[in-house]
Amino acid sequence: MFVPDLICGAVDMTVIFTRLSGGFLKTLIIFFLTLILSLPLGLLVTFGRMSKIKILQYAVKFYISVMRGTPLMLQLLIVFFAPSYIFNAKIPLEYRFWAVIIGFALNYAAYFAEIYRSGIENVPKGQYEAAMLLGFSKSQTFIKIILPQVIKNVLPAITNEVITLVKDTSLAYVLAYTEMFKVAKEVSAAQSSIAPLMVAGLFYYVMNLLVAFVMGKAEKSMDYYTR
Amino acid sequence: MSLLEIKNLRKSFDNTGVIKDISFEVNQSEVIAIIGPSGSGKSTLLRCATTLEKPTSGEISYLGKNLFSTDENGKVHIANKAELKEIRSYFGLVFQNFNLFPHFSVLRNITEAPVISGLLSKQEANNVAMDLLKKMGLEDKGDAYPCQLSGGQQQRVSIARALALNPKILFFDEPTSALDPELTGEILKVIKSLAAEKMTMVIVTHEMSFARDVADRIIFMDGGVIVEEGTPDEVINNPKNERTKAFLSRFEN
Repeated sequence: MFVPDLICGAVDMTVIFTRLSGGFLKTLIIFFLTLILSLPLGLLVTFGRMSKIKILQYAVKFYISVMRGTPLMLQLLIVFFAPSYIFNAKIPLEYRFWAVIIGFALNYAAYFAEIYRSGIENVPKGQYEAAMLLGFSKSQTFIKIILPQVIKNVLPAITNEVITLVKDTSLAYVLAYTEMFKVAKEVSAAQSSIAPLMVAGLFYYVMNLLVAFVMGKAEKSMDYYTR
Repeated sequence: MSLLEIKNLRKSFDNTGVIKDISFEVNQSEVIAIIGPSGSGKSTLLRCATTLEKPTSGEISYLGKNLFSTDENGKVHIANKAELKEIRSYFGLVFQNFNLFPHFSVLRNITEAPVISGLLSKQEANNVAMDLLKKMGLEDKGDAYPCQLSGGQQQRVSIARALALNPKILFFDEPTSALDPELTGEILKVIKSLAAEKMTMVIVTHEMSFARDVADRIIFMDGGVIVEEGTPDEVINNPKNERTKAFLSRFEN
């Protein structure tokens, strides 16, 4: 057949897999670091967004609208180049990696914040009232009563975002950070074949299968109650 | 001293008076039923008394302790945080739609509050909860989750949850309104048994025959004021006010 020949013709699959695996490790680091930072940061952003302090509320609203309204790729570039413009300083090489992480974390925190907010607003007012009258403090109410219900509310939407993040990690190439997709493009160019890109696609796909599986388990673990 | 005293209470939402000058007292072991058409301000009154709504003016005090008061200049005073906590420990509220915590088991719904407030140890709370569940006829439901129970069972759990904190006065905000008609009986039975144990209760209800059976005193509200007040015999069987008569004539029982 013509197509398979084009894809797999004279390429060395061992080289592809070895090199992509190396890049995949970097992809995983971006993925997990972004989640570890943006999931809690998103909660803080939600608090700001729902704050009674108007100035904070509007500032956070603006932040969210910028994060959601401009390309992530552009945001990464800005995070990377901003320090050199602001401080007129030379950018150390390690900053490349941290620019990727900071860019991703800031962007995803905004999305998570909006998801949390809808999850919080979906908890009936009566839950707060009951907790207050039963003597729960504000923080006890949030941690013991509200948050567990919010987590259940938001898991499906979070799953969507996490799956998007797996694919978005490939955007790190704009800062020339060597994650899997950048490696795939290099190998593809060197071997004059799109096979490396196809294999990269397979990596993303398998990883997302795993994400869907884990998140599905998490959702299932909360099936023991409905509202 | 009366357990609860409300004087000249007013509450407006956006300049619309919902409660217009209401005064009444609740004494130890009294059962008071508040009846009236919807929109008459009964639920708002209850929400003001239970700190869920801030009155516009007037006075609310529990055992002589001011929850809310207004001085001669019309300045409003609200109990501080510590006083609020204390006053909230005097009463319990049973909501129309239960407001059980869906992610807690029935047992934990009842035990969590007394445990975190330091009122009871975990073991004591469990014992108290099991006793209460037995009383509610739900001794086998401790491990169930609210969503697995009928509305009537959920409402009984919420009564047990309020009782576990050993309140001096228990408020009910239309406790049977969210229930199928065949399930209201089990709630009314529980309230009757509490009345027999001399529990002080204030019940906002649409169940006229129940109000007559269980209440020592009935308050009929309409348009944000108390139109008529008295024993069940006075208010339900021999109403004097035309509005009361008109309202009751809709409940042919």
